[in-house]
Amino acid sequence: MSEVRPKRILDATPPGDLKTRVMRWEFLLLALLLGVIVLGVNLHHNFLAPNHLFNGISVFLVRGLIALSMAYCLLLGEIDLSVGAIVVLAATLLGVVFNATGSALLGLLTALAVGLLCGALNGLILVKFRELPAMIVTLGTMILFRGLSERILGPANIGGMREVTWFANLYHGRLGPVPYFVIFFFVLAGIFWFVMHKTTFGRHMFAIGANRTAAEYAGINVGKTRLIVFSISGLICGISAVFFSSWVGSVRSDVGLGYEIEAIAMCVLGGMSTAGGKGTLPGVLIAVFIIGLLRYALSLVNVNPETVRIILGALLITVVTMQNVRRFVRKKTAPAN
Amino acid sequence: MKAHLRKLVSRREFSLLLVLVAVGAIVQWQNPAFLTMGQIDSILRNYSFMIMLATGMLMVLLLGGIDISVGSTLALSGMASALLMRDGIITSGLTAYLFSVAVGAVCGLLVGLVIAKGKVLPIIASLGFMYVFRGMTFFISDNQWVGTRFLVPEYLDFSRGSTLGISNLVWIVLAVYILVFIVLRWTKLGRQIYAVGSNPEAALVSGIRIDRIKLIVYTFNGALAGLAGAMFVGSFASAMNNSAMGMELDIIAACVIGGVSLGGGQGSVPGVLLGGLLIAVLARSLSLMGIDQFWQQALLGSVILLAVISNVIMTRHAARRSLERREI
Repeated sequence: MSEVRPKRILDATPPGDLKTRVMRWEFLLLALLLGVIVLGVNLHHNFLAPNHLFNGISVFLVRGLIALSMAYCLLLGEIDLSVGAIVVLAATLLGVVFNATGSALLGLLTALAVGLLCGALNGLILVKFRELPAMIVTLGTMILFRGLSERILGPANIGGMREVTWFANLYHGRLGPVPYFVIFFFVLAGIFWFVMHKTTFGRHMFAIGANRTAAEYAGINVGKTRLIVFSISGLICGISAVFFSSWVGSVRSDVGLGYEIEAIAMCVLGGMSTAGGKGTLPGVLIAVFIIGLLRYALSLVNVNPETVRIILGALLITVVTMQNVRRFVRKKTAPAN
Repeated sequence: MKAHLRKLVSRREFSLLLVLVAVGAIVQWQNPAFLTMGQIDSILRNYSFMIMLATGMLMVLLLGGIDISVGSTLALSGMASALLMRDGIITSGLTAYLFSVAVGAVCGLLVGLVIAKGKVLPIIASLGFMYVFRGMTFFISDNQWVGTRFLVPEYLDFSRGSTLGISNLVWIVLAVYILVFIVLRWTKLGRQIYAVGSNPEAALVSGIRIDRIKLIVYTFNGALAGLAGAMFVGSFASAMNNSAMGMELDIIAACVIGGVSLGGGQGSVPGVLLGGLLIAVLARSLSLMGIDQFWQQALLGSVILLAVISNVIMTRHAARRSLERREI
């Protein structure tokens, strides 16, 4: 925010250079991921046991899902703080509908619809009042959505969803050792990668993030793109809520607390710039696994969650500072053009 | 242009005041126990941390930054001084307060260093530190609370006592508001903060040392969080490791309702005060009017949205009117 924006166009590097730069960041991330895996294997002999490993992976992929759509928001130079609140509202209404009708399918559809509607509401406000930054609007809707589910649930919780076998199997079911959920995640990540890097819509997102005014003059419908991206973000939260309900089987009003922060951390670690226009989906994907596997490894040896929090925070700060120092050094050493 | 802008800003504060008075009148009409000295003092005391920290956040937002680590800093500094009181190292109330402020200042300095020298975006840097400081709070306290009997009596008496019928905590908040108001309005530093926030490039060219200003502002914000930490522990008479979780959202909300722009360079101390008071009064009025307290968060969210949207509409309207006038 405090960065000086207008210089961006002058900064543009030839595509070859950009590619090597991005590839190098992902290379570093892969090394970091390898480091985490080596650490995990050394910490606990069961780290790579398929049963444990896939359990651990499923747990963090519920949050990892949201990193995918958060990457789109960040790419636009926006941010969606309401994701955790949408997850809890969608999960709450899923529970309410399930308890009222006894149909898990109706509950599932409700969660998806609620997610989509909440996201679309964010998008609509942003399109109608385009002067507003997404951070304020989603801060407001975050408190609103979480407040609504607090109102509906009170201090109680709603449960029982897991008694429906097929619904429980969404998260717990497995194809051999691999959970359906993990397969679903990778298919979804593939779609997100394709849309971001191989379609016109993806190019539009990059263009808007790099320079919104220029994108507008180039004939890109910025409003429509914003609306779509925020609706996708909401829908993904609905999906995350479904898998959460299938996993835990009940919902309380403190579900999804801090999801937004973790999703943003995963994206930033993965090389997405919060100023927009920069980043790759594979980078985000690797970062999801770095953070997730680190958490899983530390939980295996019973490191308490507070220490994990310190490690994650320090990792985030160090990595981002490193990223900036690299960029700074390169700019210093590069010949003036 | 400047006069026009000033008029717009003053109009916003005026409308906020009207809303505050209207809410107060409705509550008073429903429940005559509202506008009593005791009730007002109790509202102010309970929300003193949030209202006070809004001034620090205002300065950060004016720079175009954001600091979401203040809740964690508050918990860490309060816990640190409470632990030293438990171990008998801190024996006077004043030392407890000073130590807590110092811890907070160090936390703020760290955040500022990463933002100013590491060139990390404020939201990311403070996000990381939010994790780190909160984690450290649990870590140093070994997951325990520090109960009332371990705290220095003099410290508790001051934090929960009152002078001239007004809580000491409220006096502290008042002093902080006057200080920040003076700094922002009449000092070079204050002008420079506005300059950096409105146009960083122009500020740099005009010779303002941006990095130094960022360090000062983030350190001050941290020190305020430290002060709030000491107040928090004192007024609840125990140090908890989950204190003030999510308070940063309330603080930012107070600023946003008070008309501070997240883009930097726009916002005022009176606006933030009114924003904070509005949140405090709304929260209390629900219980006074017998409305389910679970509505509170949903209501707050709606108020934030309404405030920012009405601001956009007003600005648009003003811009169109000035355009029309020019054509004539």
